[in-house]
Amino acid sequence: MAETKELTLPSRIESVDQAAREAEQFAQSAGLDEEFRSAIDMAVRESVANAVKHGNKFDETKQVEIKFSQLPEGFEVVVRDFGPGFDVDDVPDPTNPDNLLKASGRGILFMRAFMDEVEWSNHTGGGLVVKMLKKQ
Amino acid sequence: MADITISERQAGDVTILDLNGKVTIGEGSVALRTTIRRLLGDGKNKILMNLGGVGYIDSSGIGELVSSFTAVNKEGGTLKLLNLTQKIQDLLAITKLLTVFDVFDSESDALASFE
Repeated sequence: MAETKELTLPSRIESVDQAAREAEQFAQSAGLDEEFRSAIDMAVRESVANAVKHGNKFDETKQVEIKFSQLPEGFEVVVRDFGPGFDVDDVPDPTNPDNLLKASGRGILFMRAFMDEVEWSNHTGGGLVVKMLKKQ
Repeated sequence: MADITISERQAGDVTILDLNGKVTIGEGSVALRTTIRRLLGDGKNKILMNLGGVGYIDSSGIGELVSSFTAVNKEGGTLKLLNLTQKIQDLLAITKLLTVFDVFDSESDALASFE
């Protein structure tokens, strides 16, 4: 079994499904159970959607780089966009009563809910990187 | 094939929407938005959304449920949810939206609540 898989996808909505399909195949070949794969699926969809929408702002000349790795400590997903980046602390808490009826802003909450570790960093070559780990 | 199909039924003045498929970023969310706008345009503002056939929803889909809820409220109507899968129930719990939506397991109970 390959221990790492890397993808580079264009900044369009269809890339979300494609990344999720590739993650499912990779996670299945790693023998991960359905509940675990479902969490990975959610995290991949939300992070790639964020990269396409908020990072690259649907600019198809910008790519989304995705890496899945089966590590001794768990399953890691890394997603990089080529946008201007953002400070995760600036994203309003969607569970705050004042924000409950907002139409967006829940993707980060889902990534944190379904993965054990989620970290954002600015890539030295530009863009934002989110690294997520689901422990086994 | 479309990610989602939305069928409509009428029970008195309540419109029941049976959703089947995925409510996700892109097509699924847009289809739901279009349907709600059309119903409101037709003066149908009592809406029961049956999510029993929704196998997958993401944060964008949850956002669309919230947008539908606020759009219907703005028109003086009511939107309620029926037959949440365990997964959707979990997501609504994580987002604290179970405190916002009226949720039912029984269609007859849901319809009675509109009276």
